[in-house]
Amino acid sequence: MRGTEFAIVGAGPAGLSAAIEAARAGVQVMLIDENEKPGGQLFKQIHKFFGSKEHYAGIRGIDIGAQLLSEVEACGVEVMLDSVVWGGFADHTLGIIRDQKNLQLKAKKILLATGAAENALAFPGWTLPGVMGAGAIQTLVNVQRVLPGRRVLMVGSGNVGLIVSYQLLQAGAEVVAVLEAVPKVGGYGVHASKLRRHGVPILTSTTIKEARGKERVEKAISIGLDHDWREIPGTEREYEADVICLALGLTPLSELAWMAGCQFEYIPQLGGHVPVHDSNMETTVRGIYVAGDVSGIEEASTAMEEGKLAGIAVAEALGYLSAEEAASRKEAVLRRLDELRSGPFGEARNQAKERLHQQRCSQ
Amino acid sequence: MTLEKNGVLSLEELAELPGMPSKERLEQGPVAVIECAQEIPCNPCEEACPSGAIQVGEPITNLPVLIEDKCTGCGLCIAACPGQAIFVVDMTYSDKEAIVQLPYEFLPLPEKGETIDGLDREGQRICTARVVKVLNPKKFDRTPVVTIAVPKGCAMAVRDIAIRR
Amino acid sequence: MRVEEHPILGEMKKPSFVEIEVDGEVIQAIAGEPIAAALLAAGKSIFRYTRKLHEPRGVFCAIGRCTDCMMVVDGVPNVRTCVTPVKAGMKIQTQHGLGEFRSVLQ
Repeated sequence: MRGTEFAIVGAGPAGLSAAIEAARAGVQVMLIDENEKPGGQLFKQIHKFFGSKEHYAGIRGIDIGAQLLSEVEACGVEVMLDSVVWGGFADHTLGIIRDQKNLQLKAKKILLATGAAENALAFPGWTLPGVMGAGAIQTLVNVQRVLPGRRVLMVGSGNVGLIVSYQLLQAGAEVVAVLEAVPKVGGYGVHASKLRRHGVPILTSTTIKEARGKERVEKAISIGLDHDWREIPGTEREYEADVICLALGLTPLSELAWMAGCQFEYIPQLGGHVPVHDSNMETTVRGIYVAGDVSGIEEASTAMEEGKLAGIAVAEALGYLSAEEAASRKEAVLRRLDELRSGPFGEARNQAKERLHQQRCSQ
Repeated sequence: MTLEKNGVLSLEELAELPGMPSKERLEQGPVAVIECAQEIPCNPCEEACPSGAIQVGEPITNLPVLIEDKCTGCGLCIAACPGQAIFVVDMTYSDKEAIVQLPYEFLPLPEKGETIDGLDREGQRICTARVVKVLNPKKFDRTPVVTIAVPKGCAMAVRDIAIRR
Repeated sequence: MRVEEHPILGEMKKPSFVEIEVDGEVIQAIAGEPIAAALLAAGKSIFRYTRKLHEPRGVFCAIGRCTDCMMVVDGVPNVRTCVTPVKAGMKIQTQHGLGEFRSVLQ
């Protein structure tokens, strides 16, 4: 059994940011990730981020990721890669599989920054090779530099669907259409505009009906939806496509929080069941924290800020930061988080997070 | 809002944006055209402008306001905008032509002197454009800015050029 | 197909190739890339067939979660090819059903 002060599960933007914040304050940090490289989803984000200078606005996700990695290295954080955390327990033990061996780690404080998984949609033909998630496309195209097809039908017009469509155009593929089931575009208008001015149709109140093909996707059939989500007969449209990309939202990967006994709340605006946490990012199990998409689906920018919050809170709890110092650092982060959660796109998330914090505090 | 319905700003919506230059200002020389219509927390345009001609202020969800008298049409804001929603238009280029500067993150990059299809906000080819300049300095972080000459009547409609495969 | 030139990622740095065998056919793979990427780059889209209905499956999540991409690698079945890096001389086979472990135990 190994021991550490602060174990962080997941080396994406939230985990990396927490590691840096805590290590700089003097905490002994162990950062664990199941992949062979850290960075989570950051290394697929080849576009420029929004926000203000403090939020790294105008800088590409891939470069922010590289920056975080070099900061983590400079901080003396121990990084354990190719390591799967299979268990998390209320007594602060983590079960880890590494090199086909099981090892146990006891930590004074634990941060679960395990991110989220993509939602799927079942429709006739959805199992055909060629139907894949948006994250899959991003990984293949932006990290492996492989195009899985030439003509892509995108299902879902949230920011992920719109951004991945644009990235497919950049990689040399064609996007035959973007389908959106609700009557309006889900993501930012500017992302949609970039696609429209290259002739990519965006069809609202439309969904995917069927994928056809002998042993892989060859055609996709879309259909119109009425106000009650019912298919409108006669509105089918056929597309020649070899890839159907599903960009249908994310759900927190929260198994470890369930195992450890954290209380959950079902909040649709945050992606489903999320672990209840306060503004220190601490769950209902003392000493276990959450940050990033696992604590509610938002974006990389908010994940980084939440990671910082958790790192500061842990450093304070372990006695490395005074209450005053911690309070002043947290205030700066909370202000930046509030900014990211402002405006019509952020409001719902902002309210949801506030409700969660209040709930946690009332316990 | 037609932007929410299908991703394209209508002419009426565009006319109301605080980032739109007036007709008079357009006729004076190069000026920024900021087609930013949603309250998203974002202000790199304000940061990028060396002349103080773009105002976002606080909260940073404010739509960018174009201070047209201060704008020199330098175009530094074009590459800075993560939404690629800013253009520079110069109606005074010549008797018949105006120029449009736009962000273009695709390969192959066009070359000076080439002719290329000019596309409107709906991706319709509305004119043939002539490439006057292509700027791709390191400072733009891989968002090249392409300057095209188009018939004057198209200058406020052309917002992209075709991707060649 | 491989994206050799990209407006943001730049030109692909000169890759070092390794040879792997897929259902008896030798293909070029880039050292260290996931098996699934090498197969997709080579135009292969069917990775396995399901047990009951023999339906084709390919890549779905590409992040090691869904098990769509499992193949038999060097005799071991149910290997998630999207998170397993290629090695020179690897032998990969389209998996049928759940594969057989017996070939490994013997």
